[in-house]
Amino acid sequence: MASGSNFHRLPEPEYKRLTMTFDGRTIEARSGDSVAAALIAAGVTVTRTTPVSGVSRGPYCMMGVCFECLMEIDGVQNVQGCMVQVREGMSVRSMAGARTVSDARTPGDG
Amino acid sequence: MVDPVPLLIMGSGPAGLAAAQEAVRAGVGALLLDEQPTGGGQIYRALGEATGERQKTLGTDYAAGAPLLTVLSAQCLDHQPGATVWEVSPDGTVYYTRQGQARAVSAEQVILCSGAMERPMPFPGWTLPGVMTCGAAQILLKGAGVFPASGAVLAGSGPLLLLLAKQLIGARARLAAVVDTTPADNYRGALKYLPGALRTPGYLLKGLSMIRTLSASGVPWYRGASGLEAIGDDAVAGLRFKVRGRQHEVACSNLFLHQGVVPNVQLSRSLGLEHHWDGLQRCWRPILDGWGASALERIAVAGDAGGIMGARAAEAHGRLAALGALNRIGVLSETERDRRAAGARAVYRREILPRPFLDRLYRPHPDYLQPADDTIVCRCEEVTAGQIRKYVELGCLGPNQTKAFGRSGMGPCQGRVCGLTVSEIIAQARGVPLEQVGYYRIRPPIKPVTLGELATLEQPEDA
Amino acid sequence: MPETEFAVVGGGLVGMAVAYGLQRRGHQVTVFDEGDIAYRASRGNFGLVWVQGKGAGMPDYARWTRLSAALWPEFADELKRKTDVDVELTQPGGLDLCLTESELADQVARLEGLRDALDGNYPFQVLDPGRLRGMVPEAGPAVSGATYFPEDGHANPLFLLRALLGAFRAEGGRIENGGTVSAITPTRGAFRIETERPWEAAQVVLSAGLGNAKLGPMVGLNAPVKPNRGQVLICERVQPFLNYPTVQIRQIGTGSVQIGDSKEDVGFDDTTAPRVVAAIARRATRLFPLLENVRVVRAWGALRIMSPDGHPIYDRSTEHPGAHLVTCHSGVTLAAAHALVLAAWIGGGEPEIPYLETFSGKRFQLSSAA
Ligand SMILES: Cc1cc2nc3c(=O)[nH]c(=O)nc-3n(C[C@H](O)[C@H](O)[C@H](O)COP(=O)(O)OP(=O)(O)OC[C@H]3O[C@@H](n4cnc5c(N)ncnc54)[C@H](O)[C@@H]3O)c2cc1C
Ligand SMILES: Cc1cc2nc3c(=O)[nH]c(=O)nc-3n(C[C@H](O)[C@H](O)[C@H](O)COP(=O)(O)OP(=O)(O)OC[C@H]3O[C@@H](n4cnc5c(N)ncnc54)[C@H](O)[C@@H]3O)c2cc1C
Ligand code: FES
Repeated sequence: MASGSNFHRLPEPEYKRLTMTFDGRTIEARSGDSVAAALIAAGVTVTRTTPVSGVSRGPYCMMGVCFECLMEIDGVQNVQGCMVQVREGMSVRSMAGARTVSDARTPGDG
Repeated sequence: MVDPVPLLIMGSGPAGLAAAQEAVRAGVGALLLDEQPTGGGQIYRALGEATGERQKTLGTDYAAGAPLLTVLSAQCLDHQPGATVWEVSPDGTVYYTRQGQARAVSAEQVILCSGAMERPMPFPGWTLPGVMTCGAAQILLKGAGVFPASGAVLAGSGPLLLLLAKQLIGARARLAAVVDTTPADNYRGALKYLPGALRTPGYLLKGLSMIRTLSASGVPWYRGASGLEAIGDDAVAGLRFKVRGRQHEVACSNLFLHQGVVPNVQLSRSLGLEHHWDGLQRCWRPILDGWGASALERIAVAGDAGGIMGARAAEAHGRLAALGALNRIGVLSETERDRRAAGARAVYRREILPRPFLDRLYRPHPDYLQPADDTIVCRCEEVTAGQIRKYVELGCLGPNQTKAFGRSGMGPCQGRVCGLTVSEIIAQARGVPLEQVGYYRIRPPIKPVTLGELATLEQPEDA
Repeated sequence: MPETEFAVVGGGLVGMAVAYGLQRRGHQVTVFDEGDIAYRASRGNFGLVWVQGKGAGMPDYARWTRLSAALWPEFADELKRKTDVDVELTQPGGLDLCLTESELADQVARLEGLRDALDGNYPFQVLDPGRLRGMVPEAGPAVSGATYFPEDGHANPLFLLRALLGAFRAEGGRIENGGTVSAITPTRGAFRIETERPWEAAQVVLSAGLGNAKLGPMVGLNAPVKPNRGQVLICERVQPFLNYPTVQIRQIGTGSVQIGDSKEDVGFDDTTAPRVVAAIARRATRLFPLLENVRVVRAWGALRIMSPDGHPIYDRSTEHPGAHLVTCHSGVTLAAAHALVLAAWIGGGEPEIPYLETFSGKRFQLSSAA
């Protein structure tokens, strides 16, 4: 999956492999990764479109400051992907414009 | 609600960890909150979990944080990672969310060690996906061992840019280019601060070593660049810039920007503390005494949150702030406080000596303090520099008025990313010093919090 | 020679509406306003263009409010034409939601009282939970009913302020801001305005919000206004879900959800209080349980400008002719009437409506003397 990415990992076999999905596609991550870091490592650049003009955006600061990395994580919308660590089986979706008023939160939604 | 605590430390970077060490040493049970999943702050991020490979790549300054991190396992320290603080009241009540639950805790003394964030570097195209900060690249490396193996351009100026270049070269990344925007006359302007800097020569020697690594690497290194423009449709594909009048274009798949760091003043501002404009660092800092204490009896600020000072000075400053707070709660006598503080005070004084030189040398290029009209300055609400200038023409005198008129600073980042730029633009458009323009009035919550969390919040007085 | 025909002191929604109204009628106006940070209700309000429930005890206030609501569409069009700013006016009718039967009963009684005072011309409706959910399916099970008034609506108060300023400037009006007017001295049929430098004006309009309490007596006018704090929460942008403005919650043009508003007597303190914020959040999530996961991105406190009876004060000085005073606690709702009707009266025209004298500040002198 990471073949399309120009990001590489340091040779660190110590970290456990995890899998998650992003917009339905399977992404490989490692324990300790933030969701945003795992996506970047997998070659994902665009993680949302803005509610203002609809242009594409991706993570910018990676430290919780800019809110560019808003995503839907396990059904909860507008979560900062750079501040949440990957868990096995996590389901992540990009945000398209403004959120809806209620979160999906459907168990096992993928 | 959680029982009152004697000392609450917010932020587990060098300043917060050092403050925690002093509390542990004095036998005081402190509460340490940080929104990150691991302690260490920005410089020592994820150090506790880092493999040898990662430590080797990041260098000795990173590994040097290990002794500080040991405090996290101290018996009497209550370390709560993953805790996002969204409000601090002047009376010392701290509101935070952890694992989806909002809580309030009152403390006799609060030390805010919220550190720094990168100064925004707005120019056309900086909002394209694939454009990130140099700090973000470092966070990828520290937190996940992830780095751009090819196709990355680093642009801007400052020590962190050079450090990242060195780290990436060490990881055998093939950088597409380093585009340095440090204006040529900064070197002349910084000269008068050189003698002071030479009294703590470590920083300059490190800088020279980074420069040597970069020169020897063969990475194209453009100096004196200006007029940056990121190009691409749905993601960044290249960087255009000028060097001595000549136009250049470098293709890239990622662009990492940097032009220094500035204090994260969101909490100190929301508390209504007075801030003054630091002309050399071109940023605001809260007014503090020699112990990091603010005008509010229960609130102190330590580390980069109180003014950019660097990791070692931040560590010493954290100690001083903790000793001051321990004295105020009656645990340490003045004599004992001063005795314990002597070493830290000396380190602090020594470590800040090179700052004026670095601050002057790496003063941001005017292009990125005063972006062109069509450049987006407020990323959240997509407000351009030209719109801000129009509101000034209409009669706005400061950022709170332009905010009301055009929504800059009203998005989820709450003005963190556009605040400094907007004030700079207004100051220049009005032809007055920035001090006169002021800053956004920051109100809690300083981080978004759900209505459900707010609704179920137990108030301290309810207990 | 006075430097300006009218000095309007205070550039909030009230002052700007009057200033624009005067300037568009050919008067020459200079607005004096403070700097970036000031007590400014116009920057912290809820944005309702609201009729429902206004005017208990003073039916003329209800009439005046309805007149303004009726003038609003043409007023918004005019601003859009002159400044290209869309103030996001919609007037689909508005709801006041109730969580208990007794709350609803009280409200219905209030509206019935108004209907009687207005000779039966007051078309409100009472919605039982079933009808309410037909209009607002998102209302929670705790909601016991609502009242609906078809003339209610809302606008973006910040864009309104910007549009007023833009239109005023486009008509040739002048702004002098950044200073505080410390004194106004009547001098030989004119007024001396003390600010960074002294100015001379032929006439003066006091529209300084809470500042009017101090400035009024300098020209023989009485405005015993006091601050009353309101706190408002702003949530992240949400896809449209709420079709009607309500007194408690509204969704603004950008999608953000605004939740308000408390009424607290705390003097000149415009900070926010966590206890009140939590109470507002509790009420909001009972009214609309779906909002539970929506994030608050900002909260603010702002000071209302309250007269003793809560109604506007419009006055002109008999002692010092040429001095006027304007204040109200519904500056958004009344903006259209202020610009299109009140300004004409201040400008010396025949009053288009007979009852403006009702709003004189003398009503408080009489009651305090009694
Ligand atoms: C991205 C970045 C990378 C850097 N890398 C280096 C480097 O490699 N080498 C170097 O010498 N200097 C580096 N610096 C500078 C360095 O950050 C400082 O010199 C030093 O870390 C300051 O220490 P501190 O304790 O003051 O703050 P920090 O280390 O920044 O620690 C602040 C802590 O506060 C926490 N925090 C902030 N707000 C909240 C909140 N609302 N709720 C809960 N927790 C919160 C943060 O999560 C963080 O852990 C970097 C700066 C940045 C911004
Ligand atoms: C929380 C809240 C919610 C509200 N909701 C609504 C609503 O939904 N609908 C509605 O219609 N109304 C609402 N209002 C009321 C509305 O905001 C006010 O009626 C209106 O803004 C008043 O405008 P103003 O111009 O009189 O006062 P302000 O906006 O306070 O302006 C006064 C101006 O005068 C200036 N000034 C004061 N003293 C001096 C001096 N000495 N020299 C120079 N300048 C001076 C100040 O700087 C300020 O700019 C609400 C108010 C609050 C607080
Ligand atoms: S990338 Fe900036 S907040 Fe996540």
